[in-house]
Amino acid sequence: MHPQLERRETRLLVVDPRHERIAGRSMRNLPGLLRRGDLLVVNDAATLPASLRGRTAYGEPIEVRLLGPERDGAFSAVLFGRGDHRTRTEDRPAPPALETGERLAFGPQLTAAVVQRSQLSARLVELRFDQRGEALWRALYAWGKPVQYAYRPEPLPLWSVQTAYAARPWASEMPSAGRPLNLQILLGLAARGVELATITHAAGLSATGDPALDRALPLPERYDLPEHSVQAIERTRRAGGRVIAVGTSVVRALEGAFQRGDGALHAGEAVTDLRITPQHALRVVDGLLTGIHSPEESHFELLGAFVAEGLLQQSHAYAREHAYEPHEHGDECLILAGSLPQPSAATPERAAA
Amino acid sequence: MNGYETALITGGSQGLGGALAAALAERGLRVVIAARELTALEAQAAALRQRGFTVHAVQADLGDKAAIHPLAAQAAALVGPIDLLINNASTLGPTPLVLLGDTECEDLEQALAVNVLGPFRLTKAVLGSMLVRQRGAVVNISSDAAVQAYPTWGAYGTSKAALDHLTRIWAAELPESTGVRLFAVDPGEMNTRMHRAALPDVDPAELADPRDVAEHIVSMITDPVRAASGARLEVATWRTRHASAA
Repeated sequence: MHPQLERRETRLLVVDPRHERIAGRSMRNLPGLLRRGDLLVVNDAATLPASLRGRTAYGEPIEVRLLGPERDGAFSAVLFGRGDHRTRTEDRPAPPALETGERLAFGPQLTAAVVQRSQLSARLVELRFDQRGEALWRALYAWGKPVQYAYRPEPLPLWSVQTAYAARPWASEMPSAGRPLNLQILLGLAARGVELATITHAAGLSATGDPALDRALPLPERYDLPEHSVQAIERTRRAGGRVIAVGTSVVRALEGAFQRGDGALHAGEAVTDLRITPQHALRVVDGLLTGIHSPEESHFELLGAFVAEGLLQQSHAYAREHAYEPHEHGDECLILAGSLPQPSAATPERAAA
Repeated sequence: MNGYETALITGGSQGLGGALAAALAERGLRVVIAARELTALEAQAAALRQRGFTVHAVQADLGDKAAIHPLAAQAAALVGPIDLLINNASTLGPTPLVLLGDTECEDLEQALAVNVLGPFRLTKAVLGSMLVRQRGAVVNISSDAAVQAYPTWGAYGTSKAALDHLTRIWAAELPESTGVRLFAVDPGEMNTRMHRAALPDVDPAELADPRDVAEHIVSMITDPVRAASGARLEVATWRTRHASAA
């Protein structure tokens, strides 16, 4: 494992919206916080080597960050100008304005054309590569690097941005809520009688440096919900178990799928453009395992669907006070009603109050 | 086939790996074959595609740590999450084989890198996906040299003994209820390029056809009762005992 990244214990902030309690635990304790019959739904998308550096036909340097999944040689992509991730995204120079049909070269066997430009921003485009299938994937893995940000300048190897259960490369950034779920925890959950199910969700970028685009995040994202998982979710709900999403992308996909299916989940691929706000009434997901988010992030808004404003602020203050690590290799937060014991009315603290 | 839809086979361009690719593709699996040399690999994939099968080629050197995640991800991109991993690629080291005391340290290191570390890393890269989907099998191709102490087979035999034990420990950690099974398979002596390199004087007529061996291995994978997770299975024994099942 990457020494600085992995050889520390991941802490788990537990927030119980029913009993209005907050407690500090470790990820090791996760199986014990769940019950037989609960279901954990993970995003099994592998992280793409989504950052490609190349040149336009006029020789201008450019970086593209691919948004999965690939469809017949095409990807959506966000363009970045000169420089690399070591410069803060918002300080990067703008990329050259590209016309439809303009060609980009990233390597001898990796070339593409701009086939569409978004209304939202000139930096959001559709790219079609000249390579297909095996040849395209070989070149992407030869030239692509994981997307990174300035707070971590050293290059991250591809393996270090994968979850233990990563399969198809669909995600632009690691579905990081699942990163601490190692075999020990996964087997511990299974031994506890907690079921596991997967969804593949093309988690996008967390920042682009373009204010218009950043305001629109998260962009519509594609997901693939297997039939096996639809059945597991329905079985869990019928039996009174709780459906716990691992990562905000899973919440978005499952709630989006339910809305789209008019009150039922259907297996297969679809796109979710659902933006989950505190007003959203959760219909599929009961709990959430996620990273440590702060109020300035777009993910924080989604947490409001699980937790009332006051408790959310208290949780954030608790995380800050106890120095919980917020980034994608950092600590975790479990939001689940009934996860912590109800404070008894007979306890001295309570009696004193 | 046991609900398995996809397979990744290392060393898949020829010999047993090539025969396994054909046997699994014939049963409807979407197959990825991996090997170091792209030309032979692509020829094998093209030949199988010609027969109407879904077979893709991914170039990778199993001895190279940095090649593992790109291989696993490219395979999943091409055929979907991997249900069946066959760690078949191996190296004998330089031939003719030499006594252990004459083996270069670097040659032993290379045998361990390709025959033990490569399968370990690749299994680690796909096992979690099998676990969360409650579906998968890993087959590690072993050898009788893992059990018998044949003079001059030191590097290879040591690496295969380690691979056998890796298989047993992994199976001991993963109960059958996880839906993930692992075995080591001793395919026996086959008429392959590797066998000719090691023992050039053996009459090929006395050796098993890798296609026949591949059929037996497929019957093992689909038989969870007689092939329990963690088992070390010998094709020769399977052939005599379960001939009717094949």
